[in-house]
Amino acid sequence: MSCFQTIQDYALRSIGIGERLLPKGEMTLCEHFTLIGSGLIWNLYYGAVALFIGFFLANTLAVAKASGNVWARKPAEWFIFVFRGSPLFIQFFLAYEAFVLIPRMGWDIPLGFMTVTVETSWLSKAWLGALIVLCLNTAAYSGEIFYGALRSIPRGDIEAADAYGMSGWSRFRRIMWPTMLRLAWPAYTNEAIFLFHATTLVYFSGFPAFQQKGDALYYATYFASRTFNPFVAYPVIAVYFILLTLSVIAVFGLVNRRLNRHLPQSARVKFRLRPQIIR
Amino acid sequence: MFAFCADPKSIEGLQWLLCYLTSGKHMLFYASFGTVLLLLAITAPVALAFGFGGAVAARSSFLPLSLLGKAYTAMVRGVPDIIFFLFVPIALDQGFEYLRHKVKCPDWTQSIWQGNDFIVCPEAKLPLSTSPQSVHEIYGFALAVLAFAIVFGAFAANVLYGAMRAVPRAQMETAEAYGMSQRQAFWRVLVPQMWVYALPGLSNLWMILIKATPLLFLLGVEDIVYWARELGGSKTQAFEYPHPDWRVWYFIVLLVFYLGMTRVSEGVLGRLTSRLSRGQATLGGEMQRKAAR
Repeated sequence: MSCFQTIQDYALRSIGIGERLLPKGEMTLCEHFTLIGSGLIWNLYYGAVALFIGFFLANTLAVAKASGNVWARKPAEWFIFVFRGSPLFIQFFLAYEAFVLIPRMGWDIPLGFMTVTVETSWLSKAWLGALIVLCLNTAAYSGEIFYGALRSIPRGDIEAADAYGMSGWSRFRRIMWPTMLRLAWPAYTNEAIFLFHATTLVYFSGFPAFQQKGDALYYATYFASRTFNPFVAYPVIAVYFILLTLSVIAVFGLVNRRLNRHLPQSARVKFRLRPQIIR
Repeated sequence: MFAFCADPKSIEGLQWLLCYLTSGKHMLFYASFGTVLLLLAITAPVALAFGFGGAVAARSSFLPLSLLGKAYTAMVRGVPDIIFFLFVPIALDQGFEYLRHKVKCPDWTQSIWQGNDFIVCPEAKLPLSTSPQSVHEIYGFALAVLAFAIVFGAFAANVLYGAMRAVPRAQMETAEAYGMSQRQAFWRVLVPQMWVYALPGLSNLWMILIKATPLLFLLGVEDIVYWARELGGSKTQAFEYPHPDWRVWYFIVLLVFYLGMTRVSEGVLGRLTSRLSRGQATLGGEMQRKAAR
């Protein structure tokens, strides 16, 4: 079978398009690259959506944790402690078992002019259940980063804002928030990288892969267990993840440049890759 | 455990729960918390040793050695660590078996790779197929420890390499001025002083190590995750203690266990930081000095 044929069959296998049976017998390098690459679609989906939703949650959490109001601060502190203090692996398991216990039926939510039915059975599927866990998890980690940045905003900036007569929302929106983002961005880039790495845990932690539609690591383990040869499949997925890491650094670097555009070169916060791994 | 537990089907309520929680399987579950602590106790020093070796190699003036050290520290950066946890034990296992195969069966003519199978002669199997179950379990655990040590050693090497560079240059120059050799200056001046710079990184690493322990489950070790799934799954009337699906409760117990570990570690590491900053030329040490005056 030619490589072109393989790509046609397996390039979208992870989302259920193409050949139904996974490759058997002799497995070529082309099959490794195609199928593992197709699994990467799921890693991208989990990582990108969780980052997007988590970003807004994280901002809320950071502001809540920094607020003087006990009713806002305490819940935020506990949320961050629970999600940062326990392994993501356990969180996945716990969430899955909890979602399975929820009755498998729809809840009707009357909205007056129409009724929306919420299907709870989707929660025990990886694409929604695992995504929720990842969102909350990244929100906790980035919330802590943003909180740290919020606390290290230079006092002079805030005094200047006060002097211009800004207060409340406009001061936050125009002075504090951009500075917070700028200070937090290098650490947040790390968080994004390791969130993408963490997405590989999804199919190893309770959430089943329906019809063998799994992520990159799911297929890599499939190959490794079929060929008894870990020296092909794992390096292939490693190559994919190094490329993914480099592209995350590139994209976040562009944002970092924009956030720092008003500053001279020497005053900019530099990005440094710090291993943070398992969460 | 207790006398009234002889017939679990006839008792109810609190007594039932007591008997349930002290059944033989549950004792194994409690013992598996010990497995996790044992893994932490072995892995942490071994990983630190690997890290120290990696950092020293990366600093070496001998080019191949320093490249090797740098490659080792860079290895874990772009690739998810779970891939290493899956890869390293199989690779090590096959490596060991291959070496034993070469030594023990020199006149084995067939290829080791037959199609999709990895076949070594029976004498080279690790552990031998005749050895008891406990040897298999210990071998599996040892491979897991080695995998953890290699991966975390790479992280520790990163931290220690940075810490060695953070020790003020003047300290080393003073050591040279006193006539210390390279080796003496390294062991007597650099190593004692680097820990305070390494501590933030190392404590972060310790937290990560704690949170990595559930991955033992993926390596086939019967750890707390394994038992939580095993015990929590719904039991029919055929079992001594029938109950519905309780896995979620077991995982809540695990969650609380890890949160507790995190809290305790935070406390201990905070104390260690203040102990190590005593008398150091850092901001922390300076603040202690001022407070003591």
